[in-house]
Amino acid sequence: MSIVEHLPALQVAVPLLAAPLCAMMIRPSIAWPFAVLASWITFAISVALMDQVLTHGTIVYNMGGWSPPWGISYVIDPLNALLLLLVSGMAAIIMPGVRLGIGVEVTFRAQRLFFTVALLSLTGMLGIVITGDAFNLYVFLEISSLSSYALVAMGADRRASKAAFNYLIQGTIGATFILIGIGLVYMMTGTLNMADMADRLTDLHGSATIQAAFAFILVGAGIKFAMFPAHAWMPNAYTYAPSLVSAFFGATATKVGAYILIRFIYNVFGAEFAFDEMHVGWVLIPLGLAGAFVGSLVAIWQDDLKRMLAYSSVAQIGYVAAAIGLGNHDGLIAAIVHVFNHGLMKGALFLVMACVILRLGKADMTSFRGLGKRMPVTMGCFVVAGLSMIGVPFTVGFISKWYLILGALDAGMWPVAVLIVMSSLLSIIYIWRVVEVAYFSDPPDDVKVQEAPAMLLVPTLILTVLCIAFGVATKITVGVAGLAATSLGVYP
Amino acid sequence: MSEHLIVRIVSKMLIPFILLFALYVQMHGDYGPGGGFQAGVIFATAFIIYAIVFGVKRTIRVLPLTVVTAMVSLGLILYAMVGFVSLAAGGTFLDYGALDSHDPVHGQHLGIIIIELGVGITVAGVLTAVFYTFAERWQK
Amino acid sequence: MSEVLTYITEHAVQWGAVILLMLGLYIVMTRGNLIKKVIGLNIFQTAVFLLYISIGYVLDGAAPIVLEGAERYSNPLPHVLILTAIVVSVATTSLALALIVRIQEAYGSIEEDEILEHGET
Repeated sequence: MSIVEHLPALQVAVPLLAAPLCAMMIRPSIAWPFAVLASWITFAISVALMDQVLTHGTIVYNMGGWSPPWGISYVIDPLNALLLLLVSGMAAIIMPGVRLGIGVEVTFRAQRLFFTVALLSLTGMLGIVITGDAFNLYVFLEISSLSSYALVAMGADRRASKAAFNYLIQGTIGATFILIGIGLVYMMTGTLNMADMADRLTDLHGSATIQAAFAFILVGAGIKFAMFPAHAWMPNAYTYAPSLVSAFFGATATKVGAYILIRFIYNVFGAEFAFDEMHVGWVLIPLGLAGAFVGSLVAIWQDDLKRMLAYSSVAQIGYVAAAIGLGNHDGLIAAIVHVFNHGLMKGALFLVMACVILRLGKADMTSFRGLGKRMPVTMGCFVVAGLSMIGVPFTVGFISKWYLILGALDAGMWPVAVLIVMSSLLSIIYIWRVVEVAYFSDPPDDVKVQEAPAMLLVPTLILTVLCIAFGVATKITVGVAGLAATSLGVYP
Repeated sequence: MSEHLIVRIVSKMLIPFILLFALYVQMHGDYGPGGGFQAGVIFATAFIIYAIVFGVKRTIRVLPLTVVTAMVSLGLILYAMVGFVSLAAGGTFLDYGALDSHDPVHGQHLGIIIIELGVGITVAGVLTAVFYTFAERWQK
Repeated sequence: MSEVLTYITEHAVQWGAVILLMLGLYIVMTRGNLIKKVIGLNIFQTAVFLLYISIGYVLDGAAPIVLEGAERYSNPLPHVLILTAIVVSVATTSLALALIVRIQEAYGSIEEDEILEHGET
């Protein structure tokens, strides 16, 4: 057997092995290059996996040689491959900047453990996405969640501990709900393998236990996904976490929640059960739109820009939720593409915050005054990523909103389309506020501010360029998302 | 609590047996009830009892925090290495059967023992580390 | 009336699990003391363990170890699953307690309202 056949296992095993190795390295100056190397290898593996999926179709890898449904199998279809690419890509882009970024925010002693925990978090997220076993998904969910709580608590502000605690309580309730749901399905089907589950569930429509299981998983994944109104943990956690952690989580953590929703709604339970019997569209679309409006409106009034971005995430997650709820081909494409695109834009925006915090110590409205002249590249990135957040043509944000509106019209819900456009207008306000302060007000004279160092600036630039690149070359993201939607059984 | 004679003597008598029992549960895990999790917990309790009775300082002299954190990492590395070795031997990840090319059953046996050993080391390390960090904070 | 009673007694374990689940969730939501919140979370998780263990029960089933003369064994899979979930719960609890220690050191209190009073700084 060649190494290529083992890539699914290595995808998770490499960061899993790198994490304890990092913990054993005493000096952060050794642990950091090692963590960077591990994240790059992980990214290379996911690129190779994407290539394999596109050429050969779905890959199934049996852990320990036990064939499904008895053993744990890793299943990679276009949806998983795209999410793997997003998660590992984000880690690969952000990890090099971590050394500088956390230098000001995390104490020296904790830095080595920071890399360990970050790699564990990466392992957990990759595991959630790659696994084809429902209980294994829960275990990886807890691995990524527990390390997320620890990462949030590493923020310099004392409120970080409180934010992490609230995140822990709500995250654990969410994960436990998913556990209950999986248990109820297991009770009825006697299997934990997702493909096998999907097969057996087709005979069980109308069972109250299955309906309860679906509700539990929907709520649990909704909490993890920070879907309105279960988003309460997110603004504080993202505000007080170290900026690079916010960048990584803003780009990936909630996306994994979206993946769980899509996988369970469309694949395990099946679209027929979810939409015809449980009417999940009537839950997801109103809540998604409400989240889009509430998130954007609250974001407008924030003084702390990290908090503003967190509330903007609530709004963007609202679009994804609404898109999942549409239940047609274009809607599902919109959901998958927006998960990917929002990861790029939010990652870029949070990295801008990391640059500003590194130079100015904080990222509120006053520290942005006149920043357009003093940190031109950083602010340039902010403007481009911000335009993408609004959904201007030739940016990634436009692509996902375009498909979202197509999906809404296809489903015959033109009011939904109108509301989406209206809520997008709100995002102009909160992005414009920052642009106005940065470019049209004079900087305070007393402090000297330089451009951010290359190690942070380059990742920011890469993500910003990708925001444009994937906005022009849509074949890659939309093409794969189309394949993913078809493989989930939703045809145009 | 070291001023209490009975507590001191009884704990000193029991600790070796607790450690021995932990090893029994560890090694017996592939045939009967037991395994790495349970053994690791029992192993850690021996040190926790010692620390409660004789103080954390003396325990740290026997089992320093660096050793404990190294144990946490080592167990996980051991676990992952079994996976990588079985890859190299031509099986899938964590396919213990591939560990012994002549007798897959023997390979399965070997694999699960090493895996459980890794789990045991990590669990013992984690629980002791958790206890240490809380106890040290409290003493400050 | 008797039908209702048999319905309840036949599903006693599930009822117990649901009651514990609600109790735990109620404690988490209503108590302001952070330690009590963690206790509530533990009760909440324990309820789920109970639910899982009940899935593995087989009528007249022996413990799932090969025994002479045993015809039926209870299903060991839920037990193994829940062993993992228990470990997760232990990890969650210790992390939560560690965070509480840090909150206590930073704010001098573990009562939610007092922490909020301490303010947004």
